[in-house]
Amino acid sequence: MKKKILMCGNDACGEGAVLAGCRFYAGYPITPQNELTSYMSKRMNQTGGVFIQSESELAAINMVFGASVAGARAMTSSSSPGISLKQEGISYLAACELPAVIVNVQRGGPGLGNIAPAQGDYFQATKGGGHGDYNMIVLAPASVEEMMTLTYEAFDLADKYRNPVMILADGLLGQMMEPVSVRSSEFGVRSKKYEKPWALTGCRGRKPNIIRSLLLAEGALEEHNKKLQEKFGRMRKAEVRYEVSNEKDSDIMLVAYGSCARIARAAAEKARSKGIKAALLRPISLWPFPSDILGELSGQVKNFLVVEMSAGQMVEDVRLGVEGRAKVDFYGRMGGGIPTGEEILNKIEALA
Amino acid sequence: MRKSNQKPVTRNQKKKKINKSQVENLIFSRPRSMRDVEMHYCAGCGHGLVHRLICETIDELGIRERTIGVAPVGCAVIAYDYWDFDVTEAAHGRTPAVATGIKRVRPESIVFSYQGDGDLAAIGTAEIIHTANRGENITVIFVNNGVYGMTGGQMAPTTLAGQVTDTTVEGRNLKRDGYPLKILEMMAVLPGAKYLERTSVHSPQEVLRTKRAIKKAFQTQIDNRGFSMVEVLAMCPTYWGMSPIKSADRIKNEVSTFYPIGVVKSY
Repeated sequence: MKKKILMCGNDACGEGAVLAGCRFYAGYPITPQNELTSYMSKRMNQTGGVFIQSESELAAINMVFGASVAGARAMTSSSSPGISLKQEGISYLAACELPAVIVNVQRGGPGLGNIAPAQGDYFQATKGGGHGDYNMIVLAPASVEEMMTLTYEAFDLADKYRNPVMILADGLLGQMMEPVSVRSSEFGVRSKKYEKPWALTGCRGRKPNIIRSLLLAEGALEEHNKKLQEKFGRMRKAEVRYEVSNEKDSDIMLVAYGSCARIARAAAEKARSKGIKAALLRPISLWPFPSDILGELSGQVKNFLVVEMSAGQMVEDVRLGVEGRAKVDFYGRMGGGIPTGEEILNKIEALA
Repeated sequence: MRKSNQKPVTRNQKKKKINKSQVENLIFSRPRSMRDVEMHYCAGCGHGLVHRLICETIDELGIRERTIGVAPVGCAVIAYDYWDFDVTEAAHGRTPAVATGIKRVRPESIVFSYQGDGDLAAIGTAEIIHTANRGENITVIFVNNGVYGMTGGQMAPTTLAGQVTDTTVEGRNLKRDGYPLKILEMMAVLPGAKYLERTSVHSPQEVLRTKRAIKKAFQTQIDNRGFSMVEVLAMCPTYWGMSPIKSADRIKNEVSTFYPIGVVKSY
């Protein structure tokens, strides 16, 4: 039987990690994700894992690097300014092909910004963020339950591809409470075990393992990059996730992710009740981005309306997917402002 | 990069029947934990010596198959090309954080970081202090040659007053550049730091003392006593602008008067 538990998104994220077999968490307090750090300190203790409150975000991501080197499922979390500090480490993880899960409960920016929900880190998450040519899978939950299920899934994806995976949430998702249906036995069955012969465990009975990203020999780094790009190509093909409704019968397709998608969905439904054929496409994987479905939809949909809590970041990927075959409009709020259903509805009505 | 002209003695020679003429080969045979490759270090550099002392220690303690090393960014960035056990790289200065992650996941492993003065005492100051303060049961080998070798001889936090470097062309000016950092003494006040010793590799006697210190540091970890660190004063003839012999003399007469050799803290 399914059990329903009332949880906040940050706690749900932590429980998803625990269910996935996370053995190591390091983090530094920052609002609005503090519940997650606190939750992991309790749960790692209960489950025999490791919890470290690190001296900085830099130390946290590099402790995760070390834990991953040693073969453990490892996670760190932070909010926007702290995630900026982790970018160097994320680049190293990708370069060294080390699995890890990084959670960003976004807040308003730039700079110290504020502690309200925002989506201003989309570019940073999906276009690199750190130095060099690399990508990571970015998953965007839109409910407290998805904070749990997508975090759980992120660990499998990280191990599958030997690559960091990011959960891109926001302060609203992190702090609000919703009932979560948990049947933990299901999780256990779905969780995959990945052999890690590359991990550093001491060289007993085998040749020494070396984890490195420094490749100075002529052409060696280019070869390594080609190998990484081939892997990113496989991720692009296999890991696209999205949710779409009423796509066959819509004139205006809203595109939104995360908590913004919840508001956009309500606005689309209201518009529909007023006779406007509005629908919602919700990207769940922000990288790889669901470009193909946008290409398909652009044949029948007249208008796309992208709604974000940013100055317009994902809208660029929507335009790339639509390739000029339909009109792409944007509505966004910044600096911790949250679009209201009414604002979005007004925009829909103006387009209809 | 200069390469050593010395032909390395291979391990195979160990297996041959011993006669008097081969006794020397045995003494200078390569430790099991060291790869049979030429090093990239300059003539008279201290890194090769310290690499070897670590390998000898690991062999003697019988921990090669339990050891995980963390290599720094700096001249020793490719230490994993010379060591024949599990090694990972780390971002510049984050070396103790990476070592922390490994050791906490695998407490049964022997984990050490190898760091230069830029890695440990400049960009990684926060990590080394907090790793020691948490009492992480790891070993740190800190090679202090007072200069940034890899990037072309710039000032290090440990550069002595008046020392000429690429970024202190008129000598380190204490008013402008601040003071040489005595990080080992700073760490002595931390309860988590259990064994701290400063040694040098400027003479055979000091090399032997360094080896004893490295062994003691590893033993501290094997005995689960907590954080151990050996600071090794090393020569950088290339960026000190002097011969290897004069560089060794400089440590004896100048560097070691500011950075005194000896045990700073022992459990």
